[in-house]
Amino acid sequence: MALRQTGVTAVGDWLAMGGHGPFVWTAYGISLIALVCICVLPLLRMRGVLRRLRRRWTDQEREE
Amino acid sequence: MAKRRGWLRQTFHKTGSPRWFFHGSRPWMIGLFAVGGVLVLTGSVWGLGFVPPDRLQGDSFRILYVHVPAVHVAQSVYVAIAVAGVVFLVWRMKMADLLIAAAAPVGLALTAAALATGIVWGMPTWGTGWVWDARTVSTLVLLFLFFGLVALRQALARPERAALAVSLLAVVGVVNLPLIKYSVEWFTTLHQPPSIRIGQKPAIAPVFLGPLACNALGYYCWTAGAVIAALRTRIVEREAGADWVREWLSGKPA
Repeated sequence: MALRQTGVTAVGDWLAMGGHGPFVWTAYGISLIALVCICVLPLLRMRGVLRRLRRRWTDQEREE
Repeated sequence: MAKRRGWLRQTFHKTGSPRWFFHGSRPWMIGLFAVGGVLVLTGSVWGLGFVPPDRLQGDSFRILYVHVPAVHVAQSVYVAIAVAGVVFLVWRMKMADLLIAAAAPVGLALTAAALATGIVWGMPTWGTGWVWDARTVSTLVLLFLFFGLVALRQALARPERAALAVSLLAVVGVVNLPLIKYSVEWFTTLHQPPSIRIGQKPAIAPVFLGPLACNALGYYCWTAGAVIAALRTRIVEREAGADWVREWLSGKPA
C-alpha cells in the first residue's frame, strides 16, 4: 500500500509517484481546475445578472 | 387512460416551466455539489494513496481516476444536450434550449480536462502524449462540438435563430458518440479495448475499481450540480422581465 509507511521520506516518495509525480499531479491539478470552474463560473455569472437586474429596477423606479 | 395521460402531460409541462424548475432546483444543486465533492475527494485520495501501483504502468495509472470519469461524464452531458435538441426541435420548449446553453460550457470543460489528462498520462506511460487514433480523434470532435454549441449561440444575433441552429448541431453531432464508444472495438487504437463492460467481469483487478466508481459517481453528481447552477442562471437571465423573478429577487437579502 502506497501510504502504509512511516517517516517524512514516505510522504516525499508518495509525492514523487515513483518518478511520475509531475504527470500525476498535473493531471489532478487540471481536473481540479475544471471541476472548480464549472461550479464557480455559473454562480459568479448569476451574481452579475442579479446586480444588473437590481440596478435596472432601481433606475426604473427612479424614473417613475 | 385519461388520468394517466393527464399526469404525463402535467409532468411534461412542469419540466418545461422555468419558474417551477427554478424554485425546486436549489436544494438539488447544493446537495449534488456536496455529495459530488465528498465522493470525488474520497475517490481521489483513495486512488492516489490507498491503491498499489500498477504492475506495468507504476503510479501514472492513477490518472485513470480523473481521466475516465471526465470523459464519461462529458459524453453523458452531450447525450443530454442531444435529447434537449430533439425536444426543442419538436416542441420548441424553452427549457430545452436553456439546458443546451447551460450544459455546453460544462461539457467543454470536462472534455478539455479529459483530453489534457489523457495527454499527460500518455507521456510517461506510452512514450507519447498523443496519437491520431479513432478514440482521440472522436473525443477531439466532441471538444469541437461543445465549442461549436457555445460559439454558434454567440455568433447568431437573433435568439430564436441561435436556438434553432444550436439544437440542430446538438442533434447532428450525436453520431460522434457511438464512434467514441465503439472506436476501440472497431479500430486498432492506442487505447486498449474496454476493460469494464456491463454484464461481464471487469478486466481490471477489483482493488483498482473502488476509487474509479467513487470518482465516477462523484463526477456525475458534481456535474449535475454544475449544470443546474448554470441553468438557474440562464433562467433568471431569460425570464428577467417576469414578475416571479422580481418577487424572488426582492425576497432575497442583498
